[in-house]
Amino acid sequence: MRAAVVVFPGSNCDRDCKVALERSTGADVTMVWHQDTALPAGLDLIVLPGGFSYGDYLRCGAMAALSPVMTEVKAAAERGVAVAGICNGFQILCEVGLLPGALLRNAALRYVCKPVDLDIVNTQTRFTAAFGGRREATMTVGNGEGNFFADEATLDRLEGEGQVVFRYKHNPNGSSRAIAGIVNPAGNVLGLMPHPDRAFEPALGSADGALVFQSVMASV
Amino acid sequence: MKAVVHVFLKPGVLDVQGKAVQSALHGLGWGDVDHVRVGRVIEFDLAGEDAADGKARVEAMCQRLLANPVIEGYRVEIAP
Repeated sequence: MRAAVVVFPGSNCDRDCKVALERSTGADVTMVWHQDTALPAGLDLIVLPGGFSYGDYLRCGAMAALSPVMTEVKAAAERGVAVAGICNGFQILCEVGLLPGALLRNAALRYVCKPVDLDIVNTQTRFTAAFGGRREATMTVGNGEGNFFADEATLDRLEGEGQVVFRYKHNPNGSSRAIAGIVNPAGNVLGLMPHPDRAFEPALGSADGALVFQSVMASV
Repeated sequence: MKAVVHVFLKPGVLDVQGKAVQSALHGLGWGDVDHVRVGRVIEFDLAGEDAADGKARVEAMCQRLLANPVIEGYRVEIAP
């Protein structure tokens, strides 16, 4: 599998994502700078990592959404390449319009950093197939603005179309309908607040994150 | 021209900062305060003379970048 991790100024999980991908899938991982205007050829997966791109200026992910590389990421997503936005990456995917909704400040105004138990709502996606029908996972969240918001009609559509992939068992941040991760209608773009890159081997408390990356590998 | 853009979360979107500020004001004895909203002000100079045209340009900027229309509303003021 060939994968790329996009590095924005202020990304801080880019290295974690590279190591997680390499160890869980053996993927060939290229780091791509946000100013780049081309992506490596033959990519199977593009990861937008967590962090604080552009210092969260204006809104989380707003400036990163305008980075030159995002034009290429959008084009690749439209061609069907798998794209996973983790945490700040999820915020960027919403800002750039590849996913609906937005991430608001956490309802309790606190930065939440802890392992969370998740329901896998849709086990048939390109990002969850390797869970083998398992309906539960544990990964770590670390966010201050992870409170997923969308209007009721959009939420109904996401639920009805199977686009809700992960749901918190105990909502840590006030997210609408406890949503932790969603996919686009085509199913190739995933945004999630929990970090698979912080849960890819047992020493980290959970290896469930590895299954997210292995799912993508199995689909290529 | 001078442009001033006020960006606030839309009504119906929980403004947790506003709630926290309100409860702090209540704690300081200003119990008469209600519906606090915390927003953002962005101001800049804008080339041109035509206020209506300037406002239209700034509104386009709001749609594209300055506000996130999913969660935020905005108000544009243009001054000479």
